Amino acid sequence: METFALLAQGLLVALEPVNLLYALVGVTLGTAVGVLPGIGPALTVALLLPVTYKLDPGGSLIMFAGIYYGGMYGGSTTSILLNTPGESASIITAVEGNKMARAGRGGPALATAAIGSFVAGLLATLALALVAPWVVRFALSLGPADYFALMVLAFTTVSAAFGSSTLRGLTSLAIGLALGLVGIDLQTGQARLSFGVPWLLDGIEVTTLAVALFAVGETLTVASRQSRLPDRVEAVKGSVAMTREDWRRSWKPWLRGTAIGFPIGAMPAGGADVASFLSYSTEKLLAKRPEEFGHGAIEGVAGPEAANNASAAGTLVPLLTLGLPTTATAAIMLAGFQQYGLRPGPLLFASNPELVWGLIASLLVANLMLLVLNLPLIGLWVKLLTIPRPWLYAGILLFATLGTIGANPSVFELGLLLAFGLLGYGLRRFDYPIAPVVVGLILGPLAEQELRRALGIAQGDPTILVSSPAAIVLLALAAIALVVPPLLRLRGRGRLLTRLATHED
Amino acid sequence: MTAADEDAAGSRAGAGPDSATPRRPDWSAMAIAVILLGIAALVAWDAWTLKLSPTYARVGPATAPYVVAALLAALAVGTAVMAVRGGFPAREHAEVSPILWIAGGLAVQMLVLGTAGFSIATGLMFAAAARGFGQRPLWLSFLIGTGIAFVAWVVFAMGLRLSLPAGPLERLLF
Repeated sequence: METFALLAQGLLVALEPVNLLYALVGVTLGTAVGVLPGIGPALTVALLLPVTYKLDPGGSLIMFAGIYYGGMYGGSTTSILLNTPGESASIITAVEGNKMARAGRGGPALATAAIGSFVAGLLATLALALVAPWVVRFALSLGPADYFALMVLAFTTVSAAFGSSTLRGLTSLAIGLALGLVGIDLQTGQARLSFGVPWLLDGIEVTTLAVALFAVGETLTVASRQSRLPDRVEAVKGSVAMTREDWRRSWKPWLRGTAIGFPIGAMPAGGADVASFLSYSTEKLLAKRPEEFGHGAIEGVAGPEAANNASAAGTLVPLLTLGLPTTATAAIMLAGFQQYGLRPGPLLFASNPELVWGLIASLLVANLMLLVLNLPLIGLWVKLLTIPRPWLYAGILLFATLGTIGANPSVFELGLLLAFGLLGYGLRRFDYPIAPVVVGLILGPLAEQELRRALGIAQGDPTILVSSPAAIVLLALAAIALVVPPLLRLRGRGRLLTRLATHED
Repeated sequence: MTAADEDAAGSRAGAGPDSATPRRPDWSAMAIAVILLGIAALVAWDAWTLKLSPTYARVGPATAPYVVAALLAALAVGTAVMAVRGGFPAREHAEVSPILWIAGGLAVQMLVLGTAGFSIATGLMFAAAARGFGQRPLWLSFLIGTGIAFVAWVVFAMGLRLSLPAGPLERLLF
């Protein structure tokens, strides 16, 4: 019951007027940016990180939580009304939701997505609060070798387990790891891969890389094939109110989606895409009228949207309790913590309980705000979707450069933005996943630290890495994630893995 | 990566988009393999130049770079094999001029930022990016972009105290 006392304390923090204001600004900005086509939660969070720079850590993280949830909500609006999903996790929503919108049922589709996201967000955030103390207790028993094994597992699941090619996933990861080496080595003070450039000594900023890969890379990709893009916003006809029938068909998918999404997010097993895809398959399997799927079945919107949001809350479990980012969004959030010198992990729960629990509680607050904000303001968000493409992408680049210069006032940083933007275009063109690059950049140095700590304790004896049961299990799982997908592809099951691909968040 | 793209874009323009049978070997993919090998060599060379004190002889600052370099080299070999077998998915034809407009705009913004200030430099980038998406005329986009950038400068540099470089326009009004 200690958990509830802590959560209640957190709620007191979150309900302070100034923190409510931060949360409100966060969800509004998050929704407004998240709703723009081509902008997913990862980019939303990366673009808006500079806005939080001058706030105190508590307020900044609360605003951040709002941005994260707002970005997830905004994406579902985009995918229902426009057939180009704003975030990859909403691709499944786009299948059914866009069909519903075309049939004049856009209102109920948006409503079931919003209410489903609310239900899932609420339950999953409570689950986060309940699970976190247990994971923290487990985490405190882990040694450096176990942490290293955990990070190796995260590397393989993020890069190799899903997607169209293990080789390309690992290549993206290796690029991220190589970029993570740049800068001064913390233990010996030696500069690595800096080539005498002073700006490189501090390493490469996660936000610069993420903004470049997602914003600049995406802009270049869209620009290079603009003449072939469909671009039609479905008008929301009629009311957003759901009929009794809609409610009856939605509530079970919401709960099932939550039950599927949260564990998938909480384990380092891939992002929201996996969860929403599995939820979609489940609903199709259980539906009384499976023939409606593909023609606008409301279950196909309700379930995946809930799963999507539940998994977003789930990814906060490894992030907060272990300091382990398993998605690009979580990697950027970790960078957000690091700007205040905070290192998420079991010790943060002990040293800054009011911060952690305030953050978890403000997720609940943000969730409620989104429901209130989203349904009545839907017309406003729809207007944002109708911004002509030249202004939209020029504007995205404007804010991308603003954030980059604002965070690191140097021309060199803009050069990196351009270079990584071209890299991002190249990666997209050749079908390399983006998320492993970002995760590799931030997690690589942490993994190296744990490796050296472990080997330091064992005086260089590498068997320390496989000397505890936890490490052996984690490394075995990592090996499975590396070996099994290529075998499945060889046996012709590759299409499934491709559909499960974690492209972005 | 960029050299490979332009190569791909150039060769596809002649061959037509989405040619059903990809040419073997896939030279763009082969270029990626070469680039990966180059990065691997660079990482390994940099690790080799680090001064290692004897205390750290077993695990030191060079260990992780060597591991990453080995991984990159192995992936380069894998990519080369895939290039020969034609294992990369078909790429659609890419339009090059929008990419040049956008990348050029970002480069111009970077170069004139110090002298022209945030609003004008960003306005130039905005105009070039909008032109990349087919928006004309350039001067109108420039005025709109400079206007938005100036408002953003006021909000972020004055309101949120981010350090965005000021130029003649910003100094004129503040």
